[in-house]
Amino acid sequence: MSNLSLDAEALYAELLGGVRRLLEPQSVLVGIWSGGAWLADRLQADLGRGGAAGVISSTLHRDDFGSRGMAAGTEATKLPFAIEGSHILLIDDVLYTGRTIRAVLNELYDFGRPASVRLAVLVDRGGRELPIEAAFAAARVVLPASHKLRLTRDDSGRFDFSVQEQT
Amino acid sequence: MLSRRNPQLNAHGELIHLLSIEGLPKAVLTQILDTAGTFLSVNDREVKKVPLLRGKSVFNLFFENSTRTRTTFEIAAKRLSADVINLDIARSSATKGESLLDTIANLSAMHADMFVVRHGESGAPYLIAQHCAPHVHVVNAGDGRHAHPTQGLLDMYTIRHYKKDFSGLVVAVVGDIVHSRVARSDIHALSILGAAEIRAVGPKTLVPGDLAQMGVRVCHDMAEGIRGADVVIMLRLQNERMSGAMLPSAAEFAKSYGLTAEKLALAKPDAIVMHPGPINRGVEIDSGVADGAQSVILPQVTFGIAVRMAVMSTIAGNQA
Repeated sequence: MSNLSLDAEALYAELLGGVRRLLEPQSVLVGIWSGGAWLADRLQADLGRGGAAGVISSTLHRDDFGSRGMAAGTEATKLPFAIEGSHILLIDDVLYTGRTIRAVLNELYDFGRPASVRLAVLVDRGGRELPIEAAFAAARVVLPASHKLRLTRDDSGRFDFSVQEQT
Repeated sequence: MLSRRNPQLNAHGELIHLLSIEGLPKAVLTQILDTAGTFLSVNDREVKKVPLLRGKSVFNLFFENSTRTRTTFEIAAKRLSADVINLDIARSSATKGESLLDTIANLSAMHADMFVVRHGESGAPYLIAQHCAPHVHVVNAGDGRHAHPTQGLLDMYTIRHYKKDFSGLVVAVVGDIVHSRVARSDIHALSILGAAEIRAVGPKTLVPGDLAQMGVRVCHDMAEGIRGADVVIMLRLQNERMSGAMLPSAAEFAKSYGLTAEKLALAKPDAIVMHPGPINRGVEIDSGVADGAQSVILPQVTFGIAVRMAVMSTIAGNQA
């Protein structure tokens, strides 16, 4: 474990404020499975928005499929609204290389042509490998590539971050 | 020295070929069924294609004819963005005397990434899997009387879709079991997934005697076989495989074992009726039952595409 500590609940409060400012009346929230989907669910409720937030999975468009294969236990994309012409706010827990976002954009386009897509994240940890940026990040940190930052959610719905050093 | 490892699995226990359901861990089957669920929803998209096999070449090698199975494999591979090459081997080089392994060597030189093989001889896909390059994957699309694993998996997907859970289920497999690779794959899959009771129903000449050793209840009486079943899987009477006088006549078979509305009434009221197709109306199944409210024969075909997508993407993503 690293000694870096991130208070996920405090960051969530920041994210809530950031998303509130970014949202336009016609915007829809889409959370990236899995951490982003948890966040989008809670944002949807805390913002008093009706209906469910969308869930989007990067699985079918990942660029590392050839080396990693099919991910087990991934939830399928569920978008309970039309994508064609919509204004989408993507939500994710951690923005890193940008490859997940690239895959998710392709996934989104399989359902139609959105009018606009923006991204809000809990943590931007740098290390981008593609020209992708978030419109809002509740925190920016620098972590060595060997560290994995993971959002967890307990039974009561509280968020926590764990930082693990990979061997 | 021969390895004791299942030739379908790599050293990490991941599926690299699909040759038979026999001997596969439950977790592998469950993962394929779960993945198929993801692919089923691809049909609802505006773009009904995902790029997982982009740039890969899938060769359909059908040494025996089968329009439906070949077509569903072709659709599945195309939905995964693969390039699909269909070889009508039954009418090409094999008839000129080329051996199976020479055919495979030549197709490998054309940069094949996956072979989907149907062959009249049991074990032909195993032979191919043993001799192809490490990066090449093999799917058995039916070999002799041995196995038809993707049909077995799509049958399991269908059952799980309608019945949710295998643990309390009574499943009757009815008809020409001795010639049926579908029956064998279904029975292995049902037993791995933990169905409560598997019944093999048919005349003595068409039900192998050793099934009881696999924990299958053999019933030669149709009423006994169907009574209280949650799932009834009817098999096609395989006229083309019926060498010798195993049955007096198709009409005689229909009278005793053909599924009619009266016989189906013995099963649970919410029982589903399945059939791998093509159906012989009026022989193993009455039209009224095949087209009736309990029939899920056409959903089986739709699920078959998603299951074949799941199989191909799973094995293509695992290294030998």
